[in-house]
Amino acid sequence: MSIFVNKDTRVLVQGITGNEGSFHARQCIEYGTQIVAGVTPGKGGQQMDAIPVFNTVADAVAKTGANASLIFVPPPFGADAIMEAADAGVKLIVAITEGIPILDMVKVKHFLATKHCRLIGPNCPGIITPGECKIGIMPGKIHKKGSVGVVSRSGTLTYEVVDQLTRLGMGQSTCIGIGGDPVNGTNFIDVLEAFQKDDETRGVVMVGEIGGSAEEEAAMYVKAHMTKPVVGFIAGLTAPPGRRMGHAGAIISGSSGTGEAKIAAFKENGIHVCENLGQIGRICKDVF
Amino acid sequence: MEEVETLAEQILGMTLVTHQTGPQGKLVKKLLIEAGQNIQKELYLSLLVDRATASIVIMASQDGGMDIEQVAADTPDRIIKIYVDPLLGLQGYQIRRAAFGLELPSAAMKSFSALLSNLYKFFVANDCSLVEINPLILTSDDQVAALDAKVDFDSNAMYRHKDLQELRDLDEEDPAEVEASKFNLNYINLDGNVGNIVNGAGLAMATMDIIKNAGASPANFMDVGGGASAEQVENAFRIILADQKVKAVLINIFGGILRCDIFAKGVVDAAKKTGIKIPVVVRMEGTNVDEGKKILADAGLNLTSAVDLLDAAQKIAAAVN
Repeated sequence: MSIFVNKDTRVLVQGITGNEGSFHARQCIEYGTQIVAGVTPGKGGQQMDAIPVFNTVADAVAKTGANASLIFVPPPFGADAIMEAADAGVKLIVAITEGIPILDMVKVKHFLATKHCRLIGPNCPGIITPGECKIGIMPGKIHKKGSVGVVSRSGTLTYEVVDQLTRLGMGQSTCIGIGGDPVNGTNFIDVLEAFQKDDETRGVVMVGEIGGSAEEEAAMYVKAHMTKPVVGFIAGLTAPPGRRMGHAGAIISGSSGTGEAKIAAFKENGIHVCENLGQIGRICKDVF
Repeated sequence: MEEVETLAEQILGMTLVTHQTGPQGKLVKKLLIEAGQNIQKELYLSLLVDRATASIVIMASQDGGMDIEQVAADTPDRIIKIYVDPLLGLQGYQIRRAAFGLELPSAAMKSFSALLSNLYKFFVANDCSLVEINPLILTSDDQVAALDAKVDFDSNAMYRHKDLQELRDLDEEDPAEVEASKFNLNYINLDGNVGNIVNGAGLAMATMDIIKNAGASPANFMDVGGGASAEQVENAFRIILADQKVKAVLINIFGGILRCDIFAKGVVDAAKKTGIKIPVVVRMEGTNVDEGKKILADAGLNLTSAVDLLDAAQKIAAAVN
């Protein structure tokens, strides 16, 4: 078992004929992912390597039975691409695109509430179930099949964590980057819930950052609903407070958002806290 | 008029310290002069994007002024929060809820409705992430007026607002940060003496934490991004080396999209052009790491390599302390 993706997942790539899209589609195929279709409006009928390219996601789904989408389109078209995939019935949408305007994502999020699908990202490295399926841009070879679940708001920081796990012999069940944007699809709690239910996952590493209140909410969820051990890390503990505009941010989030508040929430809720990234592998080895 | 001139002279050229300027303050270069108002009451009004509900939230309070955060902490029921469905937009009943919640006199309803409805339109049309009016005043003749405004725009959306880009005043920004932004580098100038170059914002923050934990202090935040080119890396290195307070540089790269060989080439090019006179510690991992290490080794530069993060932190701290 694993969560959200496995060897049977059939993936289409939106933006497959672009530089990034073609490069990463090939990397995913090399890893063993079933990339069954590409979508680039106006290039329907062509092929990328041996993969058929369609004009619309609906066409690609109808012809190939794709049930997941990997999105590489430029930011101005990101929101549209996500909605197109959702409307075509794609069940899992992974949006790598960085820089989608926040008001676009606000609309997308409300649109998706009417569809039965999961969005991961945007502005994320994607999702990988080691040895089975990679839908994203993470370097495949640092991963190893195993029983640690990894969920993170960051990209390269996740690679660092996974690399330490693998070097110390701890493989991963599934690794998910949920993305660094303020408004995203899947959140920490969605992933924690899935890891808790997954037989193969024995423990979870949660990698957060300063800002927002997602880590605090996740910590409360861990205490209330999880029996599996969770190791937590927060990046940015020593970052100086940014230039603040007005009071509204502080009013809406209260005391949450700072590194100290997040670490405190982790500790209060039974999460094993790692305070130095260089040691996260060793801490996981002790805990799991 | 004379009074205006005297007061203006006092303010122009002074260093103003607010939440927005940071502790070092900012030089006042321009003034906006407005007609005086007879204030009956000071209110608070803001719109921002709420992460938790993925919607635009309107916040209003009768207790406008400097202490609004205290009001929110002590008496949260004094803050009215109205969540607007982005697909439907602001509705009439929501405006009325704000107006009655603020206990405005009926004579002020019309002017308040127009203000809030225009503010929402402005927010959406200009891709704002925050609009805050504090104080919003009720005048003695029952009109509402904004005596202050803070507006944040979503940088991701600036491609569709050329008019706003023209208003950007580079004179008000840190020159090194402006230089970095030309190459799409995510750079923030800080007070410490350890320059650092990292790919990815999360790893960059964690690297700064590690520098602090080792007993040193970061001179900057520099995220070259997931897919940086050799040219971007070269410029990042050049900007860091030009910073006089930097006594040593830590390079921490986990190659994913950004390949280590591309990164190494950028470092070598920058080093050849500017020369390296201070200690540089390199920790590199991930895609094409062996090729990257070879490029650095063959260049014959004076670099110290680190095997992992802890090793890198100890080496950089030893270099500056």
